[in-house]
Formats: sequence, structure tokens, C-alpha cells
Amino acid sequence: MSDPKIRIRNLYKIFGARAGKYLPHVLSGMGKSELLESHGHALGLNNINIDMQAGEISVIMGLSGSGKSTLIRHINRLIEPTSGEILLDGQDIMRFSQADLLQTRQKSMSMVFQNFALLPHRTVLQNVSMGLKVQGVTKEIREHEGRKWLLRVGLKGHESQYPNQLSGGMQQRVGIARALTSNSDILLMDEAFSALDPLIRTDMQDLLLELQTELHKTIVFITHDLDEALKLADHLVILKDGAVVQQGKPQHILLNPSDPYIEEFIADINRARVLRVRSIMRHSNLGNEYSGTIDPEANLEQVIGMAQGDMSARFEVIENNQRIGEVDVALLMDALVPYRPDTAKR
Amino acid sequence: MILRVIMAAYESVIKAIGLDNWCAEPDENAPMSMAQFLARNGNGNPDNSDPILPFPSLDTLHEVCSSIPQTRDLTAWVEDSFLSIKDGLKLVLDPLTQPLSWMLDSALYVFTTVPWWILIPLLVLLTWCVTRRRGVTIFVAAVFIFFGVIDHLEVALQTLAIIFVCTGLSVLLGVPIGIMMSRSDRMQRLTVPVLDLLQTLPSFVYLIPLIFLFSVTESKLYGIAIILYAIVPIIRLTDLGIRLVDRDVIEAADAFGMNARQKLLGVELPLALPNIMAGVNQTIMMSLAMVVIASLVSAPGLGVLVLRGIRNLELGVGIVAGLGIVLLAVVLDRSSKAALSRLHAHKPNQ
Ligand SMILES: Nc1ncnc2c1ncn2[C@@H]1O[C@H](COP(=O)(O)OP(=O)(O)OP(=O)(O)O)[C@@H](O)[C@H]1O
Ligand SMILES: [Mg+2]
Repeated sequence: MSDPKIRIRNLYKIFGARAGKYLPHVLSGMGKSELLESHGHALGLNNINIDMQAGEISVIMGLSGSGKSTLIRHINRLIEPTSGEILLDGQDIMRFSQADLLQTRQKSMSMVFQNFALLPHRTVLQNVSMGLKVQGVTKEIREHEGRKWLLRVGLKGHESQYPNQLSGGMQQRVGIARALTSNSDILLMDEAFSALDPLIRTDMQDLLLELQTELHKTIVFITHDLDEALKLADHLVILKDGAVVQQGKPQHILLNPSDPYIEEFIADINRARVLRVRSIMRHSNLGNEYSGTIDPEANLEQVIGMAQGDMSARFEVIENNQRIGEVDVALLMDALVPYRPDTAKR
Repeated sequence: MILRVIMAAYESVIKAIGLDNWCAEPDENAPMSMAQFLARNGNGNPDNSDPILPFPSLDTLHEVCSSIPQTRDLTAWVEDSFLSIKDGLKLVLDPLTQPLSWMLDSALYVFTTVPWWILIPLLVLLTWCVTRRRGVTIFVAAVFIFFGVIDHLEVALQTLAIIFVCTGLSVLLGVPIGIMMSRSDRMQRLTVPVLDLLQTLPSFVYLIPLIFLFSVTESKLYGIAIILYAIVPIIRLTDLGIRLVDRDVIEAADAFGMNARQKLLGVELPLALPNIMAGVNQTIMMSLAMVVIASLVSAPGLGVLVLRGIRNLELGVGIVAGLGIVLLAVVLDRSSKAALSRLHAHKPNQ
């Protein structure tokens, strides 16, 4: 695998006036609640190590207060770490001068916010071209770029309106267009879709995936919603109390949860829709009578549909005209049962 | 008789704590006591009835031990120390504030020499430009015509000229101070008590040191008094306005790499503008209040007539001028409020 675009190494963040003093406590294993009770300092992040690959969507998931916003704000240094490294293309942004940092924020990364955070006194077009204006790009070029991206997110004709004249979903489209217009290769999205209603939310997820197929940005996406995480993630990171509980391919985490916390998280998910054939297929060969062939990216719902109630159905998994494995209903049934703590004991 | 006993008691206390050596013989040239001072000015009763138990005040203790200073020494000390720094202060403040005199004098000159048939249409046009309200503009025109009809136009315009200059300078100085305050909590903690002091000091009180510093004939004397009094709300509301700007929007500005200047001019000030304009409105109203008091120290305008009404018991003159001030206040308040509400409404068609 190539070098990661963003690499976070041993990152700690303690909130409070005397963070440095309590760092050794945390390093020697003091937890979040203990630190808060006995020393009145909040442990924001606890030994975070994540590699985010270029062109991938890395999703950071966790419950409220688990430190997601804190983590994403370290990537553009809106929050200063207590200790640790944040490497961007191999360079530690902690060593950046103020001017370098501003350059990086202008050119290399842009951010989409949960509450949109548009400038209320500027029109939609001015908002969208804000990033380029900061960079000193001429009005003509930045408005051209702005219009292009507004068209791309489906907001043509709203250029001269003010944000408060748009619905929430439209405002977030402006937010996305604003982030895309500045033409950076990293996109930081902090619960970008959480304030939207479910239908609009699905729309926006589809829009993001569609844009991503052409743009191949490095996206850091934050959510507290597992369905959203599974839909978008190439790499999934699960946070709890400021620490990473598990990270990896989402399918892998679904099938091999490492922690009761994660088992609880994934218990209510519709596994048939989320799990894909590739993650559960068998590479060996149990026989060569197949009811049909199937794509490795198909989800289990499709397999169930194809089996048409036949409990002995077996399918050959074909990718690029090559057999890469097989899947049968017994395998499928096994994968559909969530890995619960009580079943694990038996 | 009892008084003797009490005084003797005070004396023995002083002896007991070993201060009697320090007490000198009574000095014939000592200043008078506070009671004598008040009596001399005709208010306060001359003390023929000794109180049973005199408070152990400085004056009382001085009678027992003349090394203890009298209260009048305190006021004299304040006076002396002010006089001793006065020359140095004057040396610094005089050139620094000289432009204020020029501005006030030239504004007064312009407002009193430009013929009314040019000045009044200009002022009405200005009202229209800042408010875009027909009602307010017509009202302003009517008020000027009314002043003209009752022969108060010149004094009203003098008052207006002073207010324009003082409000303008208050905004020019107050907004940067407010911005600095919003930047640092420490600066805010240091500034707020000063602002509280300026706002609560009775307005006459800070005329007193100013009279010592500058000659009463100079217009900057009242200019400074008005600005000191009127600058408070614009500072407070600039600070408040910037602090109230949505955290999320500031964060977005940071995330897109704006530097401090871009953030201030492109985000913070525009979003704080409604509050700042509310500060401007209050600053205008407060300079109007102060310009009347400033007539005591030679500020021209409607205040002079009010003062004459009081001094010479010319009831009619005083009341008409007073009502004139009210009219001027309404004009200024309506115009600045209308300008303010123009900012509040986000106009999609612009
Ligand atoms: N400025 C701060 N000062 C003190 N503690 C803070 C600060 N910011 C965050 N925290 C603490 O850090 C923890 C993580 O906060 P964070 O905002 O990152 O959570 P989150 O995962 O984004 O939650 P949510 O889903 O509610 O947005 C919380 O326990 C919070 O109390
Ligand atoms: Mg958050």
C-alpha cells in the first residue's frame, strides 16, 4: 500500500488549563472519567493512530462525546494537540509555521460543517467562492468556478440568494460546493448530513459517492450513524471515550467485532443489506453444481432473492470472468446472525 | 463636659499605642476643618452644638494630635498632586487634542456660514441616503423648517455640528477599542471598570479636571467631555457584537485559512454591524445629553439657551430650547434607528 495521505501518530488531547501536567497520568493508563473526577480535566483523545489513504473515504464513528469533532479538528489544527504527530503527505503539520498552516488550510483541505456555517451576509455564490477569494483568486475566475460547482450539486439558479432563504438540504449543498470550489484534495466533513432529514440525507450520501467516483478526494467523514458509516466508508474507525476501539474495512468489522461495545453497535443493523458476497464467500470448492453466478459486490439480500427459497442453492462468485469463490445459503445464514456475546460463549 | 471626657479618651488611646511623641504642638497655620469649610460656604450649620460623641474622624483626631492630617489636607493633597502633574499632562494632551478643537471649530463654522437653503436640503438628502424612509425624511425636513420658523435654526445647527464631530470621533476611536477588547479577555477585564467609571461619574465631575487642563475658551474642552461620555456604548457594543458572532461561522473562516484581517473585515465586523449600529445610536443620544451640560464650559448651541433659562429665570426661553433638544433627539434617534433596521433586513433583491 502507498504512503497514507494523512497519518495520525500517538495523538493525545487533554482539555483544560494544565493539560501538559496530566499527560503522564494518561500515558500511564488513567481513563477519561477518572481524569475528569480527580483532576477536572477532560480527556478528548487518547492515543489515536490512524492512516487515511489518498482517494478513500475514512469514516470516523462514535457516540456523542466520543471525540469525533475533536479528532477531525486536529487534522487542520483548529485544535492544538497535547501530544502526538499529524503527518500530511509525510510532513508533520505541528512543525508548520502560521503562514504554512494558512496555506495548507486554503489549498490542501476544506471542511463541511454540521450546522453548515455559511456566511449569512453573503449570497450563495459569494459563499461558494469564499475559499478562492481567501486565496486571492480574481473575481471572474472564482465566480466561474463557483457556478460550476453549484451546478454540479444541483443549485443552479440560486446563486444570488442568501443562505437563510434556502432549506437545510440546499444549504448543505452550498456547504459541499464551497468545499469543492476551493479545489483541495482533502475534504473534512463533520457530521455533514446529521442535521438533514432521512430522505435528503440519502440523497446527499448518493451525491457524495457520485462526486467521489470522479474526484477521488481524500475524505474524512464523521458520523454517529452506523448505516451512513457502512454506506460511505472505505476505512471505518470506531471511537469510544476518545480512544480507537477498532478500525479496518467495514465488512471486516461487521463480521469480526473486537469488542462488546462494537457488537452492541452493530446488533441492530440490517446485515443482509450491508454485507457483501466478497466478505463471506468461501474460496475452497465444495462441489461444482451451481444454481447461478453472482458478483462479489452483490449484497446478501440479492443472494437471498436469487435463491428463491431453495435452501441448498449455491452460487459461483465471478469477477472479471474469473471464478474467485463460491457462496451457499448455509454460509449466508451464518453471516446473518450477529455475533452476540451470549452466542460467543457457547 | 462629656466632650472633654471623650477627647481625653481619644488622647489616652493615642498615648497607649505610643504615638504621643509623634504628635507635634498645634500649628497655628493649619487649614480649617471640614465643618468650618462647609460653614463658610453658607450651607451646613455652624457648630455651636457639639455632638455628644464625635466620630473619630481626621478632623476630630487632629484636635487631639496635630500630626494627624485633617480632611482638608486630603482635598488639598488631591489638588496639589493634580496641579503638579498638570503641566506634564498638558504638554502631552494639548497637541494631541488640538485637532479636536480645529474640527469642532470648522464644523461650527460650516454649519453656521453655509446658507440655510443649501445646508438644509443637504441634511435632508443625507437622511434619505442613510434611512431610505420617506416618513423619516419628511419628519426631519419638517423639524428643520420648524426650527427656522421659531428662529432657533442657528443654535440647533450648532448643536448638531458638535454632535456630528463628537459622534464621528467616538466611532473612530471606540470601534478599534471595542475590537481589541473582544480579542482579549484581559483587555476586557481592564477596560470594563474604566467604562463603568466613565458612565457613572456624574457628568459635571469630569468637567472639573478638564477645566484645569485646558482653557475654557478652547472648544476641545467640551469636545473631550462629550467624547468621554458618549464613547462608552460604542465600545461596549462593538465588543459584544464581535463576541456574539456565531462560533461556527468563525470556525469556517479559520478552516478556509482566512488570516486575522480577512476574518475581521469579511466576517466579524459585518456580522457585528447591527450591534455596532445600535452602539452608534446610543452614542448619538449620549452626546446630545452631554452637549447641554457642556454649555457650562462654553459649548454653543441649544444648551446655552437652556442655561440662560435657569440662570436668569427666563422660563419661556429655557422651555422652548429644551423642547428643541427633544425634537433634535427624536430626529437623530429616528434616523439612526431607521439606518439600523435597514441592516437587519436581509434584502434578497440587492
Ligand atoms: N473546549 C473543550 N473544553 C473541554 N472539554 C471539551 C472541549 N471540547 C470538547 N471537550 C470534551 O471532549 C469530548 C469530545 O467532544 P467532541 O465534541 O469531540 O465529541 P463528538 O464526538 O464530536 O460529539 P458529538 O457527536 O456530540 O458532536 C467531550 O467529552 C467534551 O466534553
Ligand atoms: Mg461533534
